[in-house]
Order: sequence, then structure tokens, then C-alpha cells
Amino acid sequence: MRNIFLFIRRYLNFLFFLLLQIIALSMLFRYNKFHEAAFMNVAKEVTGSVYDRVSNTEYYFHLKRTNDSLVNENERLRNLLSTNFENPDTTSVIVKDTVPYDTLGHFRRFLWRQAKVSNNSTSTQNNFVTIHRGENQGVRKDMGVVSSNGVVGIVVNTSANYATVMSLLHRNTKISASLKKSGETGTVEWNGDSPLFLTLGKIPKSAKIQKGDTVITSAYAIEFPPSVIGTVYNIVEDPSTNFYTLILRPATNFYSLQYVYVVENLQAEEQKNLEEATKKIQ
Amino acid sequence: MSNFAKNIIRFVFFILLQALLLHRIPFLHKTITPYLYYLYILWLPFSLPRGWLTFVGFIFGLTLDYFLDTPGLHAAACTLIAYVRPFLINLLIPQQGTEQSYASPSIRSMGWAPYFTLVLILTLLHHAYLVFLEWLQIGSFLYFLIKVVASTGISLLLVLLTEMLFVRKERFRTNKV
Repeated sequence: MRNIFLFIRRYLNFLFFLLLQIIALSMLFRYNKFHEAAFMNVAKEVTGSVYDRVSNTEYYFHLKRTNDSLVNENERLRNLLSTNFENPDTTSVIVKDTVPYDTLGHFRRFLWRQAKVSNNSTSTQNNFVTIHRGENQGVRKDMGVVSSNGVVGIVVNTSANYATVMSLLHRNTKISASLKKSGETGTVEWNGDSPLFLTLGKIPKSAKIQKGDTVITSAYAIEFPPSVIGTVYNIVEDPSTNFYTLILRPATNFYSLQYVYVVENLQAEEQKNLEEATKKIQ
Repeated sequence: MSNFAKNIIRFVFFILLQALLLHRIPFLHKTITPYLYYLYILWLPFSLPRGWLTFVGFIFGLTLDYFLDTPGLHAAACTLIAYVRPFLINLLIPQQGTEQSYASPSIRSMGWAPYFTLVLILTLLHHAYLVFLEWLQIGSFLYFLIKVVASTGISLLLVLLTEMLFVRKERFRTNKV
């Protein structure tokens, strides 16, 4: 017994070092699985407020670019207004179905909430975006995040007033995507190389693809309404498989994110429950 | 200013520098991440007991981790170099009694060559461990090697610049003080 105490006494520093290493490593490997870690919620509040101040300062330097992208978005939305479509033919009348736009929200599928970006990284292998909107403001895990140009990522962690978004530039990101023109679906991933390019795999070779084609989120991605992910930059043909791998340019400029929209799918719960229940039956 | 207050300010400064500036530099992507923050651990005073040094290293790394959303990654690397530092200093220190006559490791207190050997070894150790942990989850071996070497090069350059720009006034302490 005495020897044990002597041993502990002698190697106290080393044992302490080992203990700290074990704590650190267990935090690291648990976090990657569950995206949760000890005190993460409390820490998010502190780091979030620091990042908020910094982004408030940076905000002024990016005002011009933010304005540009908002103007572009407005232009796109104005083009969708029904008043733009006037039909000279008097025999056919456009009947505007008001039900999907009802204010009661019974039929609404997606709810959009704007959020200010308070931190954003592009330089590591696993990049996150921190937004200033959290549980108190209705943000939950697994909601989609979209900028005015295209998809940004998926919410992975929330605190009271902040949320972290796993951006498209994250090695674990997998978002179901489809070609806008022909509808073939595949999975968008990032290989960690350059923040300017994404890869879209599993597109069958029967698809007719051209450089510059638009890629949108597919109907299977329940976090997102159909929104632009990027455009095809290059087509890589792998002779050993029946699939193309496409190199995409993301529509979102991750270097100048200022405002994003958090999209909530109000029917996601229902869909998930149904799918779960179906699995149980089988 | 007391040593304690100075080190607290340095703590905050190095964390913010790393999280807000160095980690946002674009286009050095993939193989190079400029790290400077661990210099804080090298600058901690000689008089800190070994156990406390390890603990401060852990807390320091963990704080950065919370800023960068990687809990445990930098904490593990910082704990390692904080634990190894006293052994290296014992090996490298030129003469007996430097620990008593100077407050912390620096060019003045240790001399150019021993100090930069210390910086080089700890930088390599820190980067190798950090990238190794990253590599366990992703990447190839070549990527691992290139990243360690490239990041070490950039970090050494930054340390050199910092040491030349911010000369720490290390007074020779006599018994009178």
C-alpha cells in the first residue's frame, strides 16, 4: 500500500498530464460524433458575444457587397411576382390560388427567419458558421441555413441566443442535391481541399450535363426548400463506375457571409415520424 | 504590473489573436494554418510548478477550442507541450541558476541557440500532435507530413517576428529585488 502511494506521489505530474490528455481526447472524439461537448452551451454564449462584436465592426466594411447581393435577390424575387405575368388572352384568366399564402399558416411548409452571422471560418478542414439567433428565437438542431445566394449549411448546435452551423465546407457535410435541368440526384460533399469547390457524386452517366448547369437541393433534403447549391464547374468521368463526379462552384460566397436565413421545415417532424413508424412495421 | 496580471492579459491577447486573426487568413488553406498562440505557454514563468504549468496549458488550449469549435484538439496539444517544456528547459539551459535570475524563457535569459531549439522542438511537437489528431479523422499520410512541416515553418517565422517586434524586458534579478 505504501508503495502505491509512493508511486502516485512520484509520478503525480505525469498522472495529472495523462488525466488531462484523456479528458481532452475524449472531448474531441465524442464531439465529432454527437456535436456536443461539455459546457459547450455556456461557452457558446461567451465566444458568441465576442465574435458578435468583431462582426459588428467588420460589418461596415462589407456593407457594399451585402447590398449588392440583397439587390440581386430582390431583383430575382420581383421577377417572380405574379403581376409580371400579364396574359393578353382574355379567354383564359389566371386564377390565383390564395390558399398556400394564407396567413393562418396551416399549409405552410417552410418558415424563414433571418439571422446575422457572428463568426465564420473557411480556413480549416471542418468549418462552422456561428449565427446570432438561438433557441430563444426558434432555431433548433437540423434546420437548414441559406444565404441570399444559396445554401450555407445545417444547424448542428444551439445555445440560448446563438447557433452553430456546419457549413458546406465541412468534411462531414452530406446534402442531397439534384440537377435543376434533368433532376438526377446525388450527394454534395466537400473534400477539404479548396473552399471554392464542392463535389457532387453519384450522378448517373445517363444524365446530360454541361458545365455551368445549376445544382439545387433535392426534394429528399428535408431541411431545405429547393435552393441553389452551386453551378457545375467541371465533370470528372470515372471509367470504373457508372457515375460522374461533378466539381461545383458554391453559389454562396463563404468569404463574405453577413446575413443568412434559417429555414424551418414545419412538416419535418411529421415526415420523420411517418418514416420511423414505417421502419417499425417492416 | 504583476506577473499574474501580465499573464492574464497575454492569455486573452493570444486567444483573440489566434481565433480572430490567424484563423481567418484565407488562401493559405489546406496545408498551412498559421499558429502562434502556443507561444503563451513558452512565455510562462520558470517559477510555475510543473503540475500548474500542465493545467494552464490545458485551460489555455481548451479556451481556444471553444472559440474554434474543436473541443479537446488544441487542449491536448497544449497540455503535451506544457508538460514537456520543463524537461527541455532543464536540458537546454546554459548555466545553473538561470531559473532564479530570470523570470521566463526568452532570448535574453537562455541565449539565441538554446531558446530557438526550445521553440523549434515544442513547435514541431505541438503541430505533429495536432495534425496527427486531425489526421486520425481525415486525410492521408502525405498530407500529414506536408502540413506538419509547412505549418511549423510558418509558425517559426511568426515566432521570430514576434520575438523581434515585442522585446520582453527581462531584467536580471538580483537578491535585492
